[in-house]
Amino acid sequence: MSTATLTPTLTAPSNLARDTAIVFGRELRPVLRDPFSVVFSMIQPLVFLGLFAPLLGNVPGLSGGALQWFVPGIVVMSCLFGASMTGSNLLFEMQTGSHERTLVTPMRRSALLMGRALKEIVPVLVQAVIVIAVVVPFSFELHVAGTVVGLLMLSVFCVGLGSLSYALALAAKGADWIFWTVQQTFLFPILLLAGMLLPVDSAPGWLQTASRLNPLTYVVDAERALFAGSFDGSTVAAGFVAAAFVCALGLLVGGRAMRAAD
Amino acid sequence: MTAQTTQHMIETHGLTKAFTARKRTVEAVRGLDLTVAPGELVALLGPNGAGKSTTLRMLTTLIAPTSGTARVAGYDVATQPQQVRRAIGYIGQGNGAGHNQRGRDELVSHGLAYGMSKASARSRADELVDSLDLTQVADRKVSSLSGGQRRRLDIAMGLIHAPALLFLDEPSTGLDPQNRANLQEHVVALRERYGTTVVLTTHYLDEADSLAERVVVIDHGRLVADDTPARLKADHAGDRITLAFDEVVDAANAAARIVRGHGDAEVEHAEREVVVRVASGARLAPAMLVDLQDAGLPARSVEVARPTLDDVFLNLTGRSLREGHTADQPATDQLDPIGVSA
Repeated sequence: MSTATLTPTLTAPSNLARDTAIVFGRELRPVLRDPFSVVFSMIQPLVFLGLFAPLLGNVPGLSGGALQWFVPGIVVMSCLFGASMTGSNLLFEMQTGSHERTLVTPMRRSALLMGRALKEIVPVLVQAVIVIAVVVPFSFELHVAGTVVGLLMLSVFCVGLGSLSYALALAAKGADWIFWTVQQTFLFPILLLAGMLLPVDSAPGWLQTASRLNPLTYVVDAERALFAGSFDGSTVAAGFVAAAFVCALGLLVGGRAMRAAD
Repeated sequence: MTAQTTQHMIETHGLTKAFTARKRTVEAVRGLDLTVAPGELVALLGPNGAGKSTTLRMLTTLIAPTSGTARVAGYDVATQPQQVRRAIGYIGQGNGAGHNQRGRDELVSHGLAYGMSKASARSRADELVDSLDLTQVADRKVSSLSGGQRRRLDIAMGLIHAPALLFLDEPSTGLDPQNRANLQEHVVALRERYGTTVVLTTHYLDEADSLAERVVVIDHGRLVADDTPARLKADHAGDRITLAFDEVVDAANAAARIVRGHGDAEVEHAEREVVVRVASGARLAPAMLVDLQDAGLPARSVEVARPTLDDVFLNLTGRSLREGHTADQPATDQLDPIGVSA
């Protein structure tokens, strides 16, 4: 056989959208092949839903009742858990060598990040649907239009958070302990300060200030409004601004980290 | 994919890579000048830390050179990395396929990454699965494959876009002897079939010896020798004649007599043994034995060993490649005795 017959047909020149789609498809494939993995990563949010939400029964200041108040928070929480841990997939591929293999392909570096980050949207949406399906029988009031807009906002946020998680994995240079230490150190303060589990309205002043500096607070507030069917202008706008800020920051930092891997 | 018309597949000038860690700068590769012609099969040989992998990582655009230039498949690694990446295949030390993916899926998405259409990536993946004996395992999760199967999958990944130039970094490390032989067969077959240029790094002497037509010996980041295994051995190491005697004094006298008779020989003497390194030792040995017999110094046994690449390395650097080697490579593996008599 001559060399010529071997030459494969190269159809497409390298372009960002195509490369991103390839990475997105590759990242999504194990999820599609093993859909249960999405449910598995939801165990923690579901535990909170089952064992924590009932504790909120007599807490004052929860608009619309405990479940109505808590469910948007838990949807954001499953995104927070999933997207912040997603860098560990990259970390593992850095350790086994398959990340290095993608670096020698002609794919754009930014596509290597964006394809991965965009894939984060899929489990977030699936998880949100599962959570809502679980709570609707327990007299959770579903407002479809607000929920759809809320999930759109959440998708923007989790692309940013996923990118930051990938950036952390790249910065950790394959060291597990660095990744998990930093991830855990940030995860819980961000979660608690966003008023996800308990309202911060009656918290001491310094904690309320810290909460206002946390972009996630605005996302959670906006999700609560949207899930309740309210399109309150400033709350929703603030949520989108915060989500867009995290998204832009993530893509910037993550893109830079991926290019530095050269 | 065709490479830009070029005389050399690889051409480096003064290629240097320095790493700085804790304010100390270490030059891993120092001023490497290397050319590789299309169709060559070249082994970079050297101990761990010699700079082989660093060289490969510069040639494959994974790290940028500190100074010097390298053209690969006609393109400059520093200014045209995209074109270099299109032209080359790279099989690193780790596993190219993601452990939570399935082998065939990885082959197809890897093909897409090189700009192949879905249809051609699929048919090419099928072809490679077939020719690398992966049919049984291609649709299983990569993490469930054995080391040898994963390595063959890595090779398939490196070949998906039929590169004109293939780099393999320590391809057989961690494989058992059978899988190593199997892998070497694949590399040879690939080259015979497609005329692919192959550059591999290894610290296995026998692998460099049996596989490569050209061995580039690297030590401390520098090229110390570059030739065919046969010429390297002829130029840099003689045959080794080991003579054993009944008495220490006989050995001492024999050593002295050999030194007088063969000015070009290196003679070492320890206890009852004399080791002579000399070119064409196999031809000289019979006469040497007769001469010693006549002088009243009969040898009890004699062994003549052809030089190995380790002897070459020892001669060039004063150190053995086998130092610090693990037990999976007993020293006798690399000896090639051609005559043992009592």
